[in-house]
Amino acid sequence: MESTNTTQGNAAQSLRTSASEALIPHLFRMEFTKIAAVLCKLFGIDHIEVAEDIAGETFLAALETWPYKGVPPNPTAWLYAIAKNKTKNYLHRNQIYTGKVMPRLKQESNEQSLTGEPVEPEIDLSEKNITDSQLQMLFAVCHPTLPTEAQICLALRILCGFGIDEIANAFLSNKETINKRLFRAKEKLRSERKPIGFPPAAEIGQRLETVLLTLYLLYNEGYYSESQDAVLREDLCQEAMRLTYQLIQNESTNRPEVNALFSLMCFHASRFPARKDENGEIVLYADQDEALWDQTLIAKGAYHLHQASQGNTLSKYHLEASIAWWHTIKTDSKEKWENILQLYNRLLQIAYSPIAALNRTYALSKANGKQEAIVAAEQLKLTDNPYYYTLLGELYRDIDKGKVLSHLKTALTLARTKTDRKLIQRKLDSLEK
Amino acid sequence: MDEYILIFRHEDGTKVASPEQIQVWMKQTMDWIGGIAAQNKFSHGNGLPFDGAKVVHHKGIVTNGPFGEIKETIGGYIVVKAESVDEAVEFAKGSPVLQGDGNTVEVRKIMKGGDGVH
Repeated sequence: MESTNTTQGNAAQSLRTSASEALIPHLFRMEFTKIAAVLCKLFGIDHIEVAEDIAGETFLAALETWPYKGVPPNPTAWLYAIAKNKTKNYLHRNQIYTGKVMPRLKQESNEQSLTGEPVEPEIDLSEKNITDSQLQMLFAVCHPTLPTEAQICLALRILCGFGIDEIANAFLSNKETINKRLFRAKEKLRSERKPIGFPPAAEIGQRLETVLLTLYLLYNEGYYSESQDAVLREDLCQEAMRLTYQLIQNESTNRPEVNALFSLMCFHASRFPARKDENGEIVLYADQDEALWDQTLIAKGAYHLHQASQGNTLSKYHLEASIAWWHTIKTDSKEKWENILQLYNRLLQIAYSPIAALNRTYALSKANGKQEAIVAAEQLKLTDNPYYYTLLGELYRDIDKGKVLSHLKTALTLARTKTDRKLIQRKLDSLEK
Repeated sequence: MDEYILIFRHEDGTKVASPEQIQVWMKQTMDWIGGIAAQNKFSHGNGLPFDGAKVVHHKGIVTNGPFGEIKETIGGYIVVKAESVDEAVEFAKGSPVLQGDGNTVEVRKIMKGGDGVH
């Protein structure tokens, strides 16, 4: 299975660079997710690997043909035809399927098969079935019984079409670990024997919570990832946005909290062009050139935040999106920071996190002054958190240079990532000038 | 970690403050609760509006209350998580309610369910 994944990655890459400049970007990745979802739905969650393999082999077939004969006029239709054939062949030659899957297919395809003739499986690659299958897979993959990181891995593999190498790169991990994680996750799904389908209407809200959390973490993985591959990181964010948007397009999942999450993602994504300088170094919010912020995404975020405010739901995504909206206004004002402070006050009541506590304290310093914020910060006692000390360093600036230095030095010893160490060092250097 | 309820007692609930003053208290209360939540020590809480309040007395007599002979009222409560009553008391000290002369915050430990003590 692994070899297929790797070859597929290479196939996609070499095609991108050689024979077919005309191919739309990420075509294979995109089509992989569609074919895999439809086939998973057809075969059942037990046979997830078969679906992956058939999808992967479909692109190998393209690699064997297109460079020599040219890209077909409708590449997608070509791929679907191949995928259908491969699936039919697989079903015919595989004994297990004749025993297990076929009877179910027979049942589902009405009573046409009373004659006892083998039924041709309906491999429905229509737009509607693709979207439905993808959404149902999203619910299957984001199952509360799976550890969150396994959910993210599976989502990246099945729903975003990422190769094992790409997932390993995004998580700063290695192929073996990711393969093991995926293997265990699939075993777990198999043992749970959950059918792929929409949860019953009464359960959607609760199941949606897990789905949204996974998409939120997938997005964060891209936004804050340490991976050097900037393109890959933005891809993760875009995939998370694409999947969230699919939920919005479906009537039963187009809920306020989904719109709120999408809005949050838009606001953050609007700063992508401004977050890195020409050397790939991170540019902090305060130093960003706001002319580079993507106003279209900001407007889109505002639209969905408005959609999110219908009804009585107030999720953490609503609060985080509102905070992110205030951050789309660069100019400091009393009003801005007072609003951000109150939003953090609410957020911490419904979803505590150390980073929200630290951000709240920063907002407190902007709204109520540094003295009050220093007292509040020292109560947090997040003494193993490097950001706790960078915050204290920030709060003592212009008040006590000795404290600034000692806090920043502590932060430096606690910092977990290269980027963070670099940023703290930069601050220390500017102080010692 | 235990839970403690902080009950806000107003010395005179009939006094009505100016909208401006209420707004100041509002912000202070939100910041106070936010500060406790930022330490991950906030559990939940609520205000108890005076409007429509009733007091049920002995023998089923119902009065519009809580005001009567006694003016003292309960304005609300929050439940916090704390290692000790002293920590809960430290939280209580920050309550903006205490800016009112005569107001108090009562701190009471909440009995954990199922420990067999009644």
